[in-house]
Amino acid sequence: MTTESNNTIQFTPDRLEKAKEIIARYPEGKQKSALLPLLHLLQEQEGWTSPEGMDYIAQMLDIQPIEVYEVATFYTMYHINPVGKHVIEYCRTGPCCLMGGEDVYAHLKQRLGIDAGQTTVDGRFTLKEVECLAACGMGPVFQIREKYYMNLTNERVDEIIDELSK
Amino acid sequence: MATKILTEHINVPGIETFDVYRKQGGYTAVEKALKTMTPEEVVEEVKKSGVRGRGGAGFPMGMKWSFLAKPEGVPRYLVCNADESEPGTFKDHYLMKTIPHLLIEGMIISSYALGANKSFIYVRGELMYVIHILEKAIEEAKAKGFLGKNILGTGYDLELVVQPGGGAYICGEETALLESLEGKRGNPRNKPPFPAVKGLYQSPTVVNNVESIATTSWIVNHGGEAYAAIGIGRSTGTKLISASGHINKPGVYEIELGVPVEDFIYADEWCGGIRPGHKLKAVVAGGSSVPILPANLILNLANGEKRLMSYESLSDGGFQTGTMLGSGGFIVMDETTCIVRNTWNFARFYHHESCGQCSPCREGTGWMEKVLHRIEHGHGHRQDIDLLVDVAKKIEGNTICPLGDAAAWPVASAIRHFRDEFEWHITNPQEATQPGAVYRGEMALV
Ligand SMILES: Cc1cc2nc3c(=O)[nH]c(=O)nc-3n(C[C@H](O)[C@H](O)[C@H](O)COP(=O)(O)O)c2cc1C
Ligand code: SF4
Repeated sequence: MTTESNNTIQFTPDRLEKAKEIIARYPEGKQKSALLPLLHLLQEQEGWTSPEGMDYIAQMLDIQPIEVYEVATFYTMYHINPVGKHVIEYCRTGPCCLMGGEDVYAHLKQRLGIDAGQTTVDGRFTLKEVECLAACGMGPVFQIREKYYMNLTNERVDEIIDELSK
Repeated sequence: MATKILTEHINVPGIETFDVYRKQGGYTAVEKALKTMTPEEVVEEVKKSGVRGRGGAGFPMGMKWSFLAKPEGVPRYLVCNADESEPGTFKDHYLMKTIPHLLIEGMIISSYALGANKSFIYVRGELMYVIHILEKAIEEAKAKGFLGKNILGTGYDLELVVQPGGGAYICGEETALLESLEGKRGNPRNKPPFPAVKGLYQSPTVVNNVESIATTSWIVNHGGEAYAAIGIGRSTGTKLISASGHINKPGVYEIELGVPVEDFIYADEWCGGIRPGHKLKAVVAGGSSVPILPANLILNLANGEKRLMSYESLSDGGFQTGTMLGSGGFIVMDETTCIVRNTWNFARFYHHESCGQCSPCREGTGWMEKVLHRIEHGHGHRQDIDLLVDVAKKIEGNTICPLGDAAAWPVASAIRHFRDEFEWHITNPQEATQPGAVYRGEMALV
């Protein structure tokens, strides 16, 4: 691949293929539509949407870097700061709370020894509070990357954390 | 046995694959529509069905389709709204992950009816695993000649694109969704122009909910009149209800519109009653945005008749004694629920999700959250209740998009029906802030 930029970040060859395929989905001249999917791709590779990565995407889509930053900061899924290995996105909304979500959340925080927005010292877990994840019948719920963990209890939370700590 | 239009085959093993779906009669509606009907005839059947938008607003789908502008030489777009972020709503998630081809089939029929050759399914980004399921289904359908160029040799071309969101409730609002699909922040647009005239890429666009689009296969197969014969009055057909909260059987249920609310809550076929040893206190019937109702008013109309699960019956009595069907997010609360805490929780949600364009919404949602927080945490003032009512009133109707109203209604309705509970928090802060404390004053539990 040739590039004139000083960017240290580039997509891996298979992600670059994927990125090209995504950009080609939209009508001629509407390649900016690829922005959200490309930010997801960047985050999947880097763990977060770093400034260098966002500049790289801006270049790829031929748009101003600010157009990428303003989007990345609007949407809650993009991590605009570095995060731990596993980001636990915990639903704090009403229906989950009715099912005991607040108690389970308190247990999770105690277990990890961190509060919302923080990362454990070993860099393994970051805790993030999110709003409704569209799984209200199976609450309490949290998500790690693409996976939903549902019907959570304190015991189940311990199991999951144990598993991911191995 | 109640009619099932969307979920009839949902428990068939392997229904997520093309072959099994096809064996259950899948894609026959595409064949029928593309080979034997004109686009106008498809629109006509959808009109006759009376099916109303299932995303929340309940606007007749056929009518919306007939408003689509058709200027020469300009592409038209269909965009499926799979943003599903309204608290209490999880039906589209369930439908897409279990029977993805139902949506794909509906997308082909709807796109054909509207004359669209490139259509989008905008799925909330959190559901990335569902996006993979949909993309796989699209690949399968393409391989079998139901998507792509010259579908089934009819000369009709269609490409489907699945687009992930980035995490933002406001992108469920249709014009915010279009902005997001164009790669921008999800700021709702001023209307007019409406999407039917200037939507995606400034071209005529129809935005419909997942469930709405999924009904079209059945409508094409059986005819609009057969659909209209199901349900009650202007609430035709079936509706997916997402049932959550303090019930024995949470889940997604397909009901014929017109089922009594009481049956829906207590019958084994649906929610299976309130969890053992508890009583019904309140219900939010149509997703977090709609007014909350106390037990007696959700079960019965103000005149004592039974309330039904239909657009008309749920809204009977206006906001004084009624609510709305909305998206069908049915949240059930028993006597252990603190209404003040739940209202504060919802207010925080709307504050968090406000895009910030309009001052009444941006400032008002934050103000309501702050006031509710202090009442819930034992620092409320006597004037706070009236202040909340006043702020809610000043947001309502004064904003670019309906998120402002959606934020105001839960607060106003909670105070309307549970004012004593708010007052108790303010006059008994010590008691009210004990862990697990709930108002046990006079109120009708069922
Ligand atoms: C704040 C807000 C959020 C919304 N969220 C959704 C949603 O998640 N899914 C949806 O289908 N409609 C949602 N809507 C309604 C859409 O704006 C639009 O009316 C709907 O997608 C049209 O499809 P339908 O007619 O098939 O219901 C929302 C509206 C508002 C104001
Ligand atoms: S009402 Fe709220 S969410 Fe809607 S456009 Fe205005 S500020 Fe944005």
